[in-house]
Amino acid sequence: MSEWLSSHRALVDGALAIVEALLLLGFVAGSAVFFIWLERKVAGRIQDRLGPTRVGGRFGWLQTIADGIKLLVKEDLIPADADRMLFRLGPYIAFCGAFASFIALPFAYTWVAKPLSVGIFFILAVMSTEVFGIILAGYGSGSKWALFGGMREAAQMVSYEVPMALCVLVPVIVAGSMDLNFIAMKQTGGIWNWYLFHDPFTFLAFWTYFTCATAQCKRAPFDLAEAESELVAGFHTEYSGLRWSFFFMAEYGAMFAVSGIAVLLFLGGWNTGFLPELSTTLARALGSEGRESYLGWAIGNGINVVVFVVKAWVLVFVQMWVRWTLPRLRIDQVMMTCLKYLLPISCILLMGVSVWQVAVNPSVGPYFRYGLCAVCVGLLLWSAVKVVTTPSQLPVSVTGATNLWNRGPIPPELAQKTTV
Amino acid sequence: MDTLNDILFYVLMATTCICALAVVLTQNIVRAAAWLLFTLAGVSGLFFLLGAEFVGSTQLLVYVGGTLVLVVFGVMLTAQGPFVNMRIGAAEWAIALAVGLVLYGVLSASLIISKPPQSDLNRHVDATMPDSSVLGASLLGQGQASPTGFLTGMPPAMRRERKPMAYLLPFEIVSVHLLVVLIGAAYLARAKRRRAV
Repeated sequence: MSEWLSSHRALVDGALAIVEALLLLGFVAGSAVFFIWLERKVAGRIQDRLGPTRVGGRFGWLQTIADGIKLLVKEDLIPADADRMLFRLGPYIAFCGAFASFIALPFAYTWVAKPLSVGIFFILAVMSTEVFGIILAGYGSGSKWALFGGMREAAQMVSYEVPMALCVLVPVIVAGSMDLNFIAMKQTGGIWNWYLFHDPFTFLAFWTYFTCATAQCKRAPFDLAEAESELVAGFHTEYSGLRWSFFFMAEYGAMFAVSGIAVLLFLGGWNTGFLPELSTTLARALGSEGRESYLGWAIGNGINVVVFVVKAWVLVFVQMWVRWTLPRLRIDQVMMTCLKYLLPISCILLMGVSVWQVAVNPSVGPYFRYGLCAVCVGLLLWSAVKVVTTPSQLPVSVTGATNLWNRGPIPPELAQKTTV
Repeated sequence: MDTLNDILFYVLMATTCICALAVVLTQNIVRAAAWLLFTLAGVSGLFFLLGAEFVGSTQLLVYVGGTLVLVVFGVMLTAQGPFVNMRIGAAEWAIALAVGLVLYGVLSASLIISKPPQSDLNRHVDATMPDSSVLGASLLGQGQASPTGFLTGMPPAMRRERKPMAYLLPFEIVSVHLLVVLIGAAYLARAKRRRAV
């Protein structure tokens, strides 16, 4: 067996690469299906609706699958005025850009398709190719709406890439490496070891990064490239069927990727925040006579994967929450937010963290970390308690009548109004 | 054809070359940019295959994420009609062909003249080459990755060994210089427009 393996090295390597690619593809496509369902549910709940309820029982679990089948059987349309080659190429380039970032995204310690020493840099690089697919789609569609969408996308992406990359550099400076495995392992242990709490600059860099990442995924309030109120559907106006769904898969894939980066850089990666790193600890605990147990390592890393994915999902949920809460900005406001605010802020953060690393006494670090961590956890707990204990405010009518939601008899002053 | 690396190398090389030819032969600018995307991605793929991840990523970030996007963006902003085609004259073809052939001749001549490196030597060099993390550390002035040797530009009597040094400051100065140029360009463009109004 081993002889055959070593003599057919190319075959084995190729097969392994294909298996890894298929696993990642399955994850990206599967999470896109889940996210699209979640997006509709979140949108529904935030707008006081129910969201999908029909297909697949009470919660509409199968809505996305049904939509997927619908998209597959739709007619494949290419407008007469479109540049056929660019029109066909756009969706694939966009999806490949988003998908390729998963090559270097570790889901748990060393569980990554290709461990790169410049992992985060690679991810930023390949994610920038996604933009090109969208611009090609916008240009190749031969439609004014699509062209405007593509132009906005180009202007927005070229600008937002800069503060995003600068914010990514902040934890990289703290860790001293661009290897995502290494950065996440540096945050092992208590929650105060997460780079979010490392110093004031990393704390602010997280929020700046997340804003830029939301814009990078062209999510509302920065979704100027599609802006359905002005541009019909922006860059994908002319698309339908499977090609259109490729754009969606790219968008949700990129959302997970940027959230995963945020988790790895700032939120402790796959570390739980209160336990030691699980894969190495379990490998040592289950092993005997100084030998590390492979089973323990695998179990630990399995838990790590779950922790990492859940953390990234929470951030994806926040992106949805923001999308359905904030109104869309105007294009000049989007550019101003980036160039006048986010870019200077990220430059200051970069300089600040460098100064902090060099000039601030190392003994100050732990006190700051514990303090900031305590404040944040305290605020979170306090707001959770407030949410649970505050009775929900009922809507008050113009006539001053309360309890409009009650099923009781209609208040007399309201009854008068309605009978008129 | 003993390892996957070799197969991939030839596949990538062929793809890159064909796409590069397509860039030259396409008349439509944006289509040429799309072909250029595959050419550049192929070159960065070759870098990844050879273990130069940093160079490969930089290639993608700078050329695909920056230059190509700007090319298409420029076409979108300036084009009069729906799809822009370049009309290339015979003289331009001749000049470009001459330059290309001369470059090809120089490269192939230097390849033939210089001895191919021994495979053992190659492996040795690979094992001792610093990877990008060392480069990054030396950029920040940590570690001992700085090149050892003599300072250049000194008379022989005064030759001194290079001291380990950080490259962050020169790097930052270069990038700040670029930023100054960009801001200056933006300022000039803006001032001109205001006068016109």
